[in-house]
Amino acid sequence: MRDRGGCLIISRQLTYRYADSPTLVFADLDVAQGGVLILGGVSGSGKSTWLALAAGLLQASSGDLTVAGQDLRQLDKVHSDAWRAKTIGFLPQKLHLSAALSVYDNLALAQWATGQKSDDKSIRAALAALGVGDLSERKPSQLSGGQAQRVALARAVLLQPQVILADEPTASLDDDAASAALDLLLGTAERLNATLVLATHDSRIKKHLEADFKPFLGVKLASSPINTGVSSS
Amino acid sequence: MKLLSLSWRYLWSRPLAASLNLLLLALGLASISFVLLISQQIDRAFERDLAGIDVVVGAKGSPMQLILSGVFHIDAPTGNVPLAAIQALEKNPQVAKVIPISLGDSFRGFRIVGTSLDYVKHYDAKLASGSLWAKPMEAVIGSQVAQQTNLKAGDTFAGSHGLGAGGHVHGELPYKVVGVLTASGSVLDRLVLTSTESVWKVHETDAALDAEDQRILEEERELTLALIQYKTPLAAVTFPRFVNATTEMQAAAPALEITRLLSMIGVGTDVLKALTGILLLTAGLSVFIALWSAVRERRADLALLRMLGAPPRKIAGLLLCESLWLALLACVLGVLAAQGLMAAAAWALQAEKSVVIGAFVWPIELISVPLLALGVALAASVLPAWEAYRVSVFELLQSR
Repeated sequence: MRDRGGCLIISRQLTYRYADSPTLVFADLDVAQGGVLILGGVSGSGKSTWLALAAGLLQASSGDLTVAGQDLRQLDKVHSDAWRAKTIGFLPQKLHLSAALSVYDNLALAQWATGQKSDDKSIRAALAALGVGDLSERKPSQLSGGQAQRVALARAVLLQPQVILADEPTASLDDDAASAALDLLLGTAERLNATLVLATHDSRIKKHLEADFKPFLGVKLASSPINTGVSSS
Repeated sequence: MKLLSLSWRYLWSRPLAASLNLLLLALGLASISFVLLISQQIDRAFERDLAGIDVVVGAKGSPMQLILSGVFHIDAPTGNVPLAAIQALEKNPQVAKVIPISLGDSFRGFRIVGTSLDYVKHYDAKLASGSLWAKPMEAVIGSQVAQQTNLKAGDTFAGSHGLGAGGHVHGELPYKVVGVLTASGSVLDRLVLTSTESVWKVHETDAALDAEDQRILEEERELTLALIQYKTPLAAVTFPRFVNATTEMQAAAPALEITRLLSMIGVGTDVLKALTGILLLTAGLSVFIALWSAVRERRADLALLRMLGAPPRKIAGLLLCESLWLALLACVLGVLAAQGLMAAAAWALQAEKSVVIGAFVWPIELISVPLLALGVALAASVLPAWEAYRVSVFELLQSR
């Protein structure tokens, strides 16, 4: 573990309380730049909440969370969108490629969302880096599951984020595909020197990673336990 | 990637719903444009033909009938009045101009109007070819008459008795066309103009037995009515009363009668406007439902845009823009459809030799159509846009 200054994600006594449910208390974390964080645990254990907190979409009830040098408690609603656009790459479980748009335009959509000018070169580069450069004119419905995930990942890393948040990236995949998807994520994060956060309850991920990474750091949480594993490369 | 092209593509990602909404909105806008256009055109047509005629004097009867027959030539006249009585009015100090009108004959459904050259001058009509009449039995025809009968300067024709087709043909005394007027959009377009003497001549020769008889007929000469312009607007107060009280004739003020007529038509257009309002409301509701379900369907997509860093107003703008596209397209389609209907109506009215209305005019009132479309689009998209504005990224994280 590096010193705190070199850490990309730092959380201290982080809690979040929904209106009429018990407070979620999260384990303290330090994740280095280029590190991998696994958010484990069953549904309802707070994985989504933690992702939303880290993306600046929710404000913590108490505690501190710093992502990429930004204290998220200091970030107001207006600036959080712009901050998220340049810092966070998000790979949703259901991919959510827009069916009305081509693969290329789905990436252009990400640039539009952040208010950037459409940049042909970086779109082509992002697609090519994930091996789907020749599919740019296809519609999402014409892609295989694996191809679609690559496109969604290309969209997530288009703006070269420092943090990649992946939500259940292996949920509906068979063993071979799951391992390929994981390798792709790890490879992409490594290429960009980005910190990878995997929210998953898939035990295969743990197994797959244990070969390369240090054992997970189990962290106990109050009232709603969340298994938070952390490892540094 | 621009907001416009993106919203365009989202709109057409559901082609059936988009086309149906477009159709509904366009129909609503088309009917409202049509009502606007037709009422405006009828107003204009009346106004044009009225052209500064202050009062119409003719035989007693319905004042509106007198105006409709004498000014717009769309009804039968109330009867005839003695020429001498009209000539007496010319000496009235309040009267500036008297234009005599003699009706009775027609040619293939077009009225032959015996009048003075003042009538042509009054409407500022220009000759397309030939000259104005100089002696009896010479005629000048309106552009629509020329077009439909193929008569031209130099041709001759015989008028038939009565204002409809199928009357007795005055074959012994044919008219000679000496000039054709340019199209002016006024009532002159569908008239055959000649001198009052011609009309007298046709009927007297038919009936006169000998020279003595002819002399008596000349003394009893009649006109149908007279169009009168005042010297001073003050005459409007006293002159009609003077005519109605002291002569066997009646005086009717066209402005008054037309206002009365338009207010009667106006009830009809108000009902039409209410109906088109309901149609527009329905269209607005349909657009609302479409946008609302689009937001529901695309919640996750919209949430993803938020996750990608799009501020809420951008998401709301996307929805709004989609609705504005619909409004724009519906507006163009609606106005074009209305103009097409107007052209059809103009053609039909012209075929019936009724009021001349022009097709493809763009009155200023038509500006209310895009404004309405904009209003409907905005109203229909307020709630969906708000829903999109506050779409939560949790939709995305918890959609498992």
